[in-house]
Amino acid sequence: MEQLCEIAEIFQAQAPACDAWTLRLVEEEHDHLEIRQGVVEPSRCRTSCGAMVTLMLEGGVGYGATSDLSPAGLRAAAARAADWARLHARLGLFDARLSPCPSTRADYRTAIQEPWESLSIGEKLAVLREVDQALAIDERIVDRAAWVTRRQVSQLLVTSAGGRVSQVLDFVHPGLVAVAHAGSQTQRRHGGGADWPQQGGWERVAAVRLLQAAPVVAEEALALLAAPDCPRDTRDLILLPSQMVLQIHESIGHPLELDRILGDERNYAGTSFVTPEMFGHYRYGSDLLNVTFDPTVANELVSGVADDEGTPAGREYLIRRGILERPLGGALSQARTGLPGTANARASGWDRPPIDRMGNLNLEPGAGSLADLVARVERGILMDTNRSWSIDDSRNKFQFGCEWGRLIENGELAGVVRNPGYRGISANFWRSLDGVGGPETLEVRGVRNCGKGEPNQSVYVGHAAPPCLFRSVAVFGGGE
Amino acid sequence: MEAFFGFAEQLCDGLCGNEILFANLARESSDFVRLNQNRVRQAGHVRALALTLTLSGGAKQVEGSCDLSGDPDQDLARARTLLAGLRARLAHVPEDPYLNLSLQPTRSERRASACAPASHSAVETLIAAADGLDLVGIWASGEMADGLASSLGHRHWHESVSFHLDWSLYLEGDKAVKGVYSGFRWEPDCLRRRLATLTDGLRAMARPAKTLEPGRYRAYLAPSAVQELMDMLAWGGFDLKSHRTHQTPLLRMVRGERAFDPRISIREEHKRGLVPTFTPEGFLLPPHVDLITAGQLAGCLVDARTAREFGAAVNASSGAPASLALAPGALEECDILARLGTGLWIGHLWYCNWSDPNDCRVTGMTRFGTYWVENGEIVAPVKVMRFDDSLYHLLGDRLEDLTAARELLMSPQTYDGRSSDSAVLPGILVAGIDLTL
Repeated sequence: MEQLCEIAEIFQAQAPACDAWTLRLVEEEHDHLEIRQGVVEPSRCRTSCGAMVTLMLEGGVGYGATSDLSPAGLRAAAARAADWARLHARLGLFDARLSPCPSTRADYRTAIQEPWESLSIGEKLAVLREVDQALAIDERIVDRAAWVTRRQVSQLLVTSAGGRVSQVLDFVHPGLVAVAHAGSQTQRRHGGGADWPQQGGWERVAAVRLLQAAPVVAEEALALLAAPDCPRDTRDLILLPSQMVLQIHESIGHPLELDRILGDERNYAGTSFVTPEMFGHYRYGSDLLNVTFDPTVANELVSGVADDEGTPAGREYLIRRGILERPLGGALSQARTGLPGTANARASGWDRPPIDRMGNLNLEPGAGSLADLVARVERGILMDTNRSWSIDDSRNKFQFGCEWGRLIENGELAGVVRNPGYRGISANFWRSLDGVGGPETLEVRGVRNCGKGEPNQSVYVGHAAPPCLFRSVAVFGGGE
Repeated sequence: MEAFFGFAEQLCDGLCGNEILFANLARESSDFVRLNQNRVRQAGHVRALALTLTLSGGAKQVEGSCDLSGDPDQDLARARTLLAGLRARLAHVPEDPYLNLSLQPTRSERRASACAPASHSAVETLIAAADGLDLVGIWASGEMADGLASSLGHRHWHESVSFHLDWSLYLEGDKAVKGVYSGFRWEPDCLRRRLATLTDGLRAMARPAKTLEPGRYRAYLAPSAVQELMDMLAWGGFDLKSHRTHQTPLLRMVRGERAFDPRISIREEHKRGLVPTFTPEGFLLPPHVDLITAGQLAGCLVDARTAREFGAAVNASSGAPASLALAPGALEECDILARLGTGLWIGHLWYCNWSDPNDCRVTGMTRFGTYWVENGEIVAPVKVMRFDDSLYHLLGDRLEDLTAARELLMSPQTYDGRSSDSAVLPGILVAGIDLTL
């Protein structure tokens, strides 16, 4: 961060002549260690550092991004931004004076208990080797791997309005996979944090029980080989938090993104079945559905103090007691529509401009345990761990597949089924929500590969959710 | 090119003992202009320069990368710091039994560019040509370069200047048609012709949309829709490691239980030359690799590491194809509607994923330019529908024909920089596709 501050000071001292400017400096460090089938994969580390200069000029706005952080390099990026701002001034979709240039001053840093550097590479590999060995419980486990990825993102945003936001986010992502095979059937089971990302340090390895998860995951992969296929019919469905993450993401998060509603994404990520008129009264789901945008949850993936344009971040209800209240829209989208929004203008890196994204999008807990939910189901199925996702361009017709399924019969969990999947329509699905687990069942998770935008951007998104019960859902299994 | 090779030589001067260094450079200078309602939504420029070093010593290897500034002295210092860090790391990793570097120094050079367009004027031309239309999409253009130099003497360079315009025209709601114009030579008249063709397509979109019930329908899938199916096969379908670890979606084909129609032949055409024909480890790629021949498995893509693990020859940079080609059939374009008779004309598929990979079953959505056809005539656009079907059917027992003409489809993806992947594909006529929602 110190280096970024020095670069920012130099830029500010020779700031370009324009109506307003922002400078966003991003430094990233990646490290990945992995053992597959007892063999250490090539160790990979990566650093990246660059800047995006955004200029508002003559009623237009443009950006220039560069990995040349010298004064000359930033001047060149600013000149490029000015060129594009002039074109935008003549042919732009909106008046660039709607673009934000906040004066926010704030700092954030991930709370870490065990720094990544507190263990040597050899010590980390020793942990992974033990996990990898613990997966090798049967010759039908034909492939297996254990890994840990570290990422640190340091970002400094300064603006011509006096804004200065520094944020340092740390992540350690452990995970493992066991691949079981027999005959014409191959089944994969993930665990050990593979779909449970949060901010944090090496303590995440213990938090997700990486070592303890290994034999369980391998046993479950083998169990899937012998299990019957998921039935094809309509029945009640309980989704565990790992699958709720995708359900929330695809059929609440994306449709509420204001830039989709504005049509910006129609050529790629798509549009939305939600229209501006719906906010304030549209029944999105049952009374049990409460959804928040919450950047304040400790160590959730996108917790922080401001978005990438410098808008201060705070907790907001998007859906309350089933009624749609507010979209996911950053300051610019709010200005373009006159709707309220959230601090969610985010960029995947220094080389991509901020657009409306999910941040932490959470389904608030209800009451009761998972057992309480199961007890309320006469004939149903429980699904865990996403393996397939697909939804239409307006975010309505979805289909998901999961790694793990358990039948529910007369209020109790019954046999394992493989290839469990379900499909539905967002606008109806959330109205069939009939049970939401209590605070003790809530799990803070997220996804690390949310893709959107032109040019394309992949970002982390946080989702916290308890297990949920849905009534009368179309389910299916495998086969041609 | 020469500057990078000189830079690499300076870096290699600092190697010790049995160290071997491979240096890969990725350079991109791109303009990106987003459009909505035929106006500029977001415009800018990205200049990126990244260096990846692979350091080996004996049977050990480590890999690291960093961004460069473009200033030679600063970059050399940064690269030497990275190299020192990798050397320290090398001491802590065990020997790698799958280390596989090309030990024969090779050279290659390719530059692909023609009449590079000026982005500002191209965007102005586009907006003027699409006046009155609801156009949304992205313009991306500029230079991309990949270089490889090693301490063993490898010297490779691949450079191109290209543009990619990916856009849709919207009528209302989700009634839209999609167009693409990409390549190396920018011709405004060509753009205008494509716009005019798409505008004609909008006229059919103006009719009331038809809602289909779930069920099985005859269908024609245009090349862009076929591309989505090929992208699914690219996801583990042709990777040797996926085959040997039984994770390929073609598992039942590998076992001899299923096959595609004999008219299905798929190959990876490295010779197309849009992507580098060298691997990061210095191996040169063959002109092509047969993957499916006459409906049967013919080969796999093998990257350097997989080659060492499974005792095969290197024939690809990764297990996913980057220059796929599906062989043409006999269906002439003028006969497509008549042969379809009554059924679905699917312009594009979208958001595909595996429904059941063991049975090569894919789900996804129809999107853009999808129509209901009766007695060989387009009668209405169709509201988006979900399909869920096995490629063993769509490319197998329900395949009626492939078109004689094929399209070169360039990838619009820009997640890790602008993609140079492409595919040459025909359309396909199928006796049925299962719609589920």
